[in-house]
Amino acid sequence: MTELKRKSNKQLIILLFASAVGMFGFGFALVPLYDVLCDALGINGKTQSTASTYQPVTIDKNRTITVEFLSQVQSDMPWTFTPQVNTMQVHPGELIRTHFVASNLSANYLVGQAIPSVSPGQGAAYFNKTECFCFNQQALKANAQADLPLIFFVDPELPDSISTLTLSYTLFNITDKGYVENVAE
Amino acid sequence: MSTMTQDPSIAQNDHDDHHHGAPKGLMRWVLTTNHKDIGTLYLWFSFIMFLTGGAMAMVIRAELFQPGLQLVEPNFFNQMTTVHGLIMVFGAVMPAFTGLANWLIPMMIGAPDMALPRMNNWSFWILPFAFSILLSSLFMEGGGPNFGWTFYAPLSTTYSPDSTALFVFAVHIMGISSIMGAINVVVTIVNMRAPGMTWMKLPLFVWTWLITAFLLIAVMPVLAGVVTMVLTDKYFATSFFDAAGGGDPVMFQHIFWFFGHPEVYIMILPSFGIISAIVPAFSRKPLFGYASMVYATASIAILSFLVWAHHMFTTGMPVFAELFFMYCTMLIAVPTGVKVFNWVATMWRGSITFETPMLFAVAFIILFTIGGFSGLMLAITPADFQYHDTYFVVAHFHYVLVSGAIFSIMAAAYYWLPKWTGHMYSETLGRWHFWCSVISVNVLFFPMHFLGLAGMPRRIPDYAIQFADVNQIVSIGGFAFGLSQLIFLAVVIKCIRGGEKAPDKPWEGAEGLEWTIASPAPYHSFTTPPEVK
Repeated sequence: MTELKRKSNKQLIILLFASAVGMFGFGFALVPLYDVLCDALGINGKTQSTASTYQPVTIDKNRTITVEFLSQVQSDMPWTFTPQVNTMQVHPGELIRTHFVASNLSANYLVGQAIPSVSPGQGAAYFNKTECFCFNQQALKANAQADLPLIFFVDPELPDSISTLTLSYTLFNITDKGYVENVAE
Repeated sequence: MSTMTQDPSIAQNDHDDHHHGAPKGLMRWVLTTNHKDIGTLYLWFSFIMFLTGGAMAMVIRAELFQPGLQLVEPNFFNQMTTVHGLIMVFGAVMPAFTGLANWLIPMMIGAPDMALPRMNNWSFWILPFAFSILLSSLFMEGGGPNFGWTFYAPLSTTYSPDSTALFVFAVHIMGISSIMGAINVVVTIVNMRAPGMTWMKLPLFVWTWLITAFLLIAVMPVLAGVVTMVLTDKYFATSFFDAAGGGDPVMFQHIFWFFGHPEVYIMILPSFGIISAIVPAFSRKPLFGYASMVYATASIAILSFLVWAHHMFTTGMPVFAELFFMYCTMLIAVPTGVKVFNWVATMWRGSITFETPMLFAVAFIILFTIGGFSGLMLAITPADFQYHDTYFVVAHFHYVLVSGAIFSIMAAAYYWLPKWTGHMYSETLGRWHFWCSVISVNVLFFPMHFLGLAGMPRRIPDYAIQFADVNQIVSIGGFAFGLSQLIFLAVVIKCIRGGEKAPDKPWEGAEGLEWTIASPAPYHSFTTPPEVK
């Protein structure tokens, strides 16, 4: 093999190995990219994870949106977790207060995390929460019960094609997970 | 055989013009850096894995022979479907193509060996370890992987058996092996072509493998990344796919299929190259539309990165995204159609003979096209909601992978066996193998379309009573197809041990540098590069 060929072999090998390493990194880069894209395009039904501020806007009395509340508890979580009301009629722009009721049926201190999701996904960006228990983790002592508050308003810009918004919470048991914050009991 | 050239001046080409032959003993195979030895190792390994994964398919079909649970427990059934898929994809089809690449690419481009022979040895020899790890996990407490070969989170994270770490490491090793193999192929093709072997003179098998190698380098690392995320989610409390910690299980599917869709083209592009070699040889006409074949292959490879979410239509994507992926998927039918029409045009008015390689090649064209059509049906978003996760999907991908990829590998084996072994295979046995395979494969997979349309879900050990009759037919086809492959084993062993002496160029219409060297190919070939005009 000539010296020239050996050199071009080496360059090509380095380039190809670097591409492979780069694609390994790209796989991980897809994780933040996914969140950014879902956020920017308003897809996937993810609601914002921090409180939005309520600017008093004109309440669109002519339009009524049905808001439905769903709750699910993962099978390893010995809690009940239910919305105060299952469905309500709201006008866009109206500030609404409701709550979910959680009770710990076990004899142990448990920490939960409720994860919200809005359906249809395109409506998520118009569902604004000024206060939500889901912004924090939920901790309950043995056999304790709590009302978990939720205050929200529907953006009047909500597309006309959407007349029903479903807000679903799934409650996960994160007591033994690494990411439990110090929650005030 | 009417087509074999029996020109005695070629047939008795001296076989002692190479300086030294292969070393002897077991260590020859462990230490070898010879592309032909490594090709042989890959091909045998792939065949052993094909039989292993096939045995698992037999367990699946035996359990599904009747409704109700008869032979195995549901958890073991799930392990069978999972490991069957993993073994067939990573252990049978991909190593078979790498084996063919090792044997053929240097001989086709007039190179003495692969560019990186020692790495070549490594890329093969880590594979047996990967599959030993994977298979050993089946015998561990809690069992092996049972979450499907697609290992969707949270099945592979929250609900997976304790042996999942072994599955992850096995996939890592398979990935490293594939990436090293792909780098070797690219460097060989780019730098080791004989003088005068310009890009547009490359045989199509070389072209399709070059493009496949780029796909491998692009997506195998993504697979390594996603299994690593599964590993850390399960064992190290990260939450890439755990919604409780801010992750998203649907994201798993996006990352997985970003790898997974190019992967299915990795498993079919080299087939296109094989068929493009065999069809002209037995039609005694040059390939119709060579340049369009090259461009079509490249287009398929590029489009393969834009269609991954068609596996996920039912995850609740926005309609716009569903339509985008639907149209991109349908677009792939265009370059694929170019290829199919080119093969048919090559046969048009050719003087065709139907030796075993050609039989498999023709069956490939027809049956792969059927698989392609059901793929188009699956691409239609609204219809997909009915087909999703049913036996229709199982029928679709088995048509393109078994009667597609596997048939092309069989065709390649028959076509080049005389060059590899120096003997002609038994044409009678070869035809028996073909006809048994082609009939049983259709009995096996065609009725699955109807099962799927009637609503039978995939990956279940038991089913509703109305599916019983068709499942029985399918299982009989499955057993027949499995047994038929033993004929192939017999043909290969018989061919290695003896048989009619093969001339340098046993097929009248064959083209390419590999037919200019002796049969069997000497241990070292093209030590001085040929001049390609």
